[in-house]
Amino acid sequence: MQQVISRPWIWSWLAAAATFAMTTALTEGSGAGALAYAALSFGAFAAIVGLGQMLVITLGPGNVDLSIPAVMTLSGTLALKAMGSEPDTAMLGLGVAILVGLGTGAANFALIYALRLPPIVATLAASLVYQSIAIWSNRGLRIKPPAGLADFATGRIFGVPNVALVGLVLAIVVWVALERSVWGRWLLASGQNMRAARLAGVPVEMVRASAYVTVTAFAAVAGYLLASFSGGAALNMGQDYLLMSIAVVVIGGTSIAGGFSNVPGVWGAALFMFLVVSMLNSYGAGAGVRMILTGLIIIGIVIAASTRRASK
Amino acid sequence: MQQSAFENDAPIVALTEVVKHFGAVRALDGVDLEIRPGECLGLVGHNGAGKSTLVNVVNGGVSPTAGTVAFPASGAPEALSAGVRSVFQELSLCPNLTVAENLRISHSGLRGPGWRRPARAEIRQSLDAVFPGHGIDANATVDTLSIAERQMVEIAIGFAPRGTEARLVILDEPTSSLDAGIAEQLLRHIRHFCESGGAVIFISHMLGEVFDVASRILVMKDGKVVADRTVGGFTRQGLVDAMGHVATDERQDPRGKAHAFGKEVVHTSQGLSARRGEVVGLSGLAGHGQARALARLYLDATSSWRPTGKPRMVFVAGDRTRDGILPLWSILRNASISILSETAKWGLVDRDAETSAAAEWKRRIGIRTEDVTNPVLSLSGGNQQKVLFARALASAAPVVVMDDPMRGVDVGTKQDVYAIIRAEAANGRTFLWYSTETEEVCRCDRVFVFRNGEISAELTGADITEERILEASFEMQEA
Repeated sequence: MQQVISRPWIWSWLAAAATFAMTTALTEGSGAGALAYAALSFGAFAAIVGLGQMLVITLGPGNVDLSIPAVMTLSGTLALKAMGSEPDTAMLGLGVAILVGLGTGAANFALIYALRLPPIVATLAASLVYQSIAIWSNRGLRIKPPAGLADFATGRIFGVPNVALVGLVLAIVVWVALERSVWGRWLLASGQNMRAARLAGVPVEMVRASAYVTVTAFAAVAGYLLASFSGGAALNMGQDYLLMSIAVVVIGGTSIAGGFSNVPGVWGAALFMFLVVSMLNSYGAGAGVRMILTGLIIIGIVIAASTRRASK
Repeated sequence: MQQSAFENDAPIVALTEVVKHFGAVRALDGVDLEIRPGECLGLVGHNGAGKSTLVNVVNGGVSPTAGTVAFPASGAPEALSAGVRSVFQELSLCPNLTVAENLRISHSGLRGPGWRRPARAEIRQSLDAVFPGHGIDANATVDTLSIAERQMVEIAIGFAPRGTEARLVILDEPTSSLDAGIAEQLLRHIRHFCESGGAVIFISHMLGEVFDVASRILVMKDGKVVADRTVGGFTRQGLVDAMGHVATDERQDPRGKAHAFGKEVVHTSQGLSARRGEVVGLSGLAGHGQARALARLYLDATSSWRPTGKPRMVFVAGDRTRDGILPLWSILRNASISILSETAKWGLVDRDAETSAAAEWKRRIGIRTEDVTNPVLSLSGGNQQKVLFARALASAAPVVVMDDPMRGVDVGTKQDVYAIIRAEAANGRTFLWYSTETEEVCRCDRVFVFRNGEISAELTGADITEERILEASFEMQEA
C-alpha cells in the first residue's frame, strides 16, 4: 500500500477517478459510458502532446516547448492541404505531419543550440513563424479530411476511441524508451546534472536535440489527428494545448526540476483535465468560476503529489 | 598544552549516549562527548564511520534518535545560539550571490537598507584574520571564484562573529581543496582561535594535519568512539590502527622497475602526453590550470553528439556535486551510466550486465551499502566518490582521466584505490591523475607540473620528488 501511495502517478489517477465519480453521481450513473468515451477521446490529444512535453521538461529547469500549439496548427493545415480530401491519402497526410514535426523540432533546437537562446524564447519566437506559415497556407480555407481518415479519427475499436489507442501506443513507446533504453537513461541523467552527464560520457546535445524533435513530432501527430477528428484544421486549434501540455506533465508527477519523468501520470492527468471541466459544467458552474476552480484543483493535486514524494 | 587555561570551564557542548539511526543503519551508536573551550578536537575515522552524523548532531542539523545534546557553557537551548558553526566539506555557498551576500544567509542580524556595507566589512575582516593576503573581493560573485577560494570564504564565514560570537567551529575536511600554504594559514588561525577560548572540531583524512593542530583526537569506527585521547597519547601508526585499517605504508614502488610502456595514446598541443599503461600525474599549486587541461582533454576526446559504443576515455570527478553525482538516482544507476552503451542490445539497457558490474565493483572498491539500489545520496561523501571510481573503472575505456578524485576519501580506501589503479595500469590502461596531494603525485610514473596554466616541468623516475615539484611550481614566479 505504502508502495502504491508513494508512486507519483497515483495522484492524477485518483483525481481523475474522483472527478469521474462526482460527475456521474450527479446523473445517478446514467451517461457514465459516454463520459468515459469523451474523456478518452479528448484526453488522448492532451496525453500525446503531454508525453512530448514531458521529455523536454525532464531535461531540467528552463527546458519547455512553447511551440506546441503552432506546430499542431501547421501540421494539421499542411496535412489536410496535401490530402485535399482525396480518398486513400491518410498515409501521405501522416507523412507530411511527421515531416512538419521533425522540421519544426530541428528548427527549434537549432535556435536553442546555435544561437544559445533560452528554450522559452526560442520556441515562442519560432512558433510565431510556424503560425504565420499556417495562416499563409490556409488562407481561410477549410479543407475536409478524407472520409476514411475522419472515420478512423472518430471511430472506435472494442468501444475504445481510436485516438486513445494511438495515445496508448505512443505512451508505451515512450515508457519503454525512458525506462528500458539507453537513450532514456541518458535523458534522465542529463536532466539531473547536464555537466555530470557529459563528463560521464553521455552525448548530451544529441539527447537534447532528440527530445526537442520528439516533442514537435508528437505535437504534429496530435495536430493531424485533431484536424481529422474535428473535420478540418482551424487556426486556433492548438490554442488550448499550450498550458494543457505543461499541466498534464506537472499533475502527472514529472519533476519540473528535471531528471524524473512519469508516463502513466500523463495519461491520468489528461483524463483528469477533461473530467474536471465536465464535472464543473454539470454542476452548473459559470465560465469564470470554472476556471478558478480548475486552477485551485490543479494546485491542490500538485501539492499533494509533491509533498508525498518529499516525505518518502 | 594550551587548553589548560580553560580546563575547568563548562563544556561548550556535551553529548550523552547519543544514538542515531537512519533506517537500519546505526550511524551513531551511543556516543558520549564533551568539548571545552580551548580544545581543538581532531575527529578521524574512515568513510561512513559516523563523523558527519556526529557533527550534524552537534550543530543541530539532525536530531538524535536517543540521548541528549546540551550546551552547558552558554546555557543556550540549541546549537545556533550556543555559537556552534559548521563549515562543510560539500561546498554550500550560493554561486549566484556575492561573497558578502553569502555571509548574510547565515547572519540574520544584517537587515534593513544598506546591510551590504556591514556585511562586506565583516567578511573582509574575517578573511583577513584567517587568510592574510587572500586577495578575495567581498563583492565577487561566488561562481567566479576557484574552488579553493570558495572553501576559504566558507571557512571565513564560519569564523565570522555573525552578531554573536563563534564558540565552536566545526571544520569538515577544510583543507582538501586548499594548497599547502593556505592550509598552513588555516591551521595557524585555528591554534590562535583555540588559545583565545574558542573550540574547533577538525575532521581530516590528512593525519599529519590532525597531529599538527589538534589538542585531542577522537577516533570513530562504525558509529562508536573507539579512542579518545590527547594528541600526545597517539602515534601515527597507533592512530591508523585504531581506525581499523591494516598498516599499508610499504609502497610497493613500481617505479624503477623499468616499465616498458606502450605507444603514446594521449598527446595535447599543450605538451601533455601519456603512453599505454602509464600513470601520469599532474601537479603544481591548486588552480593553475590542471583541472582545466584535463577537462579540455576529456571534452575534446569525447562527443556531445555522437554516441560511442566503446568510449575512448572516462572521467573521474573530484567536485562530486558539480561534475559527478546524479542525485536522483540509485547507486546502481550512478555506477552504470558510463557502461550502458557497451552492453546494450538494440538500444535497450542490459540490466543483468548492469547489476553484475555494479555488484563486482561494490565488492572490489568496497562501497559501504547493503543494497546498490539505495539512493546514491544515502552514502557518505567518500563512498559517493567510490561510486564515481566504479563508474569509470567499470568501463573498458583505455584512458582514465582523474580530476583530484581523492578528496574526502579515507586512508584505507585510498590504499585500495592506489592498488586498483596500479593493477589496471599493468593491464594496459592509461591514467591521467591530477592531485593536490604531493604524496599521491609521487606515485606516478611521470609528472607534469603546471604553473599559470602552462606546463612548467616534466619529471620522470627518480626526479619525482616533493622538492622538484615545489621548485617547478614556484620557480618562474620568483623571477
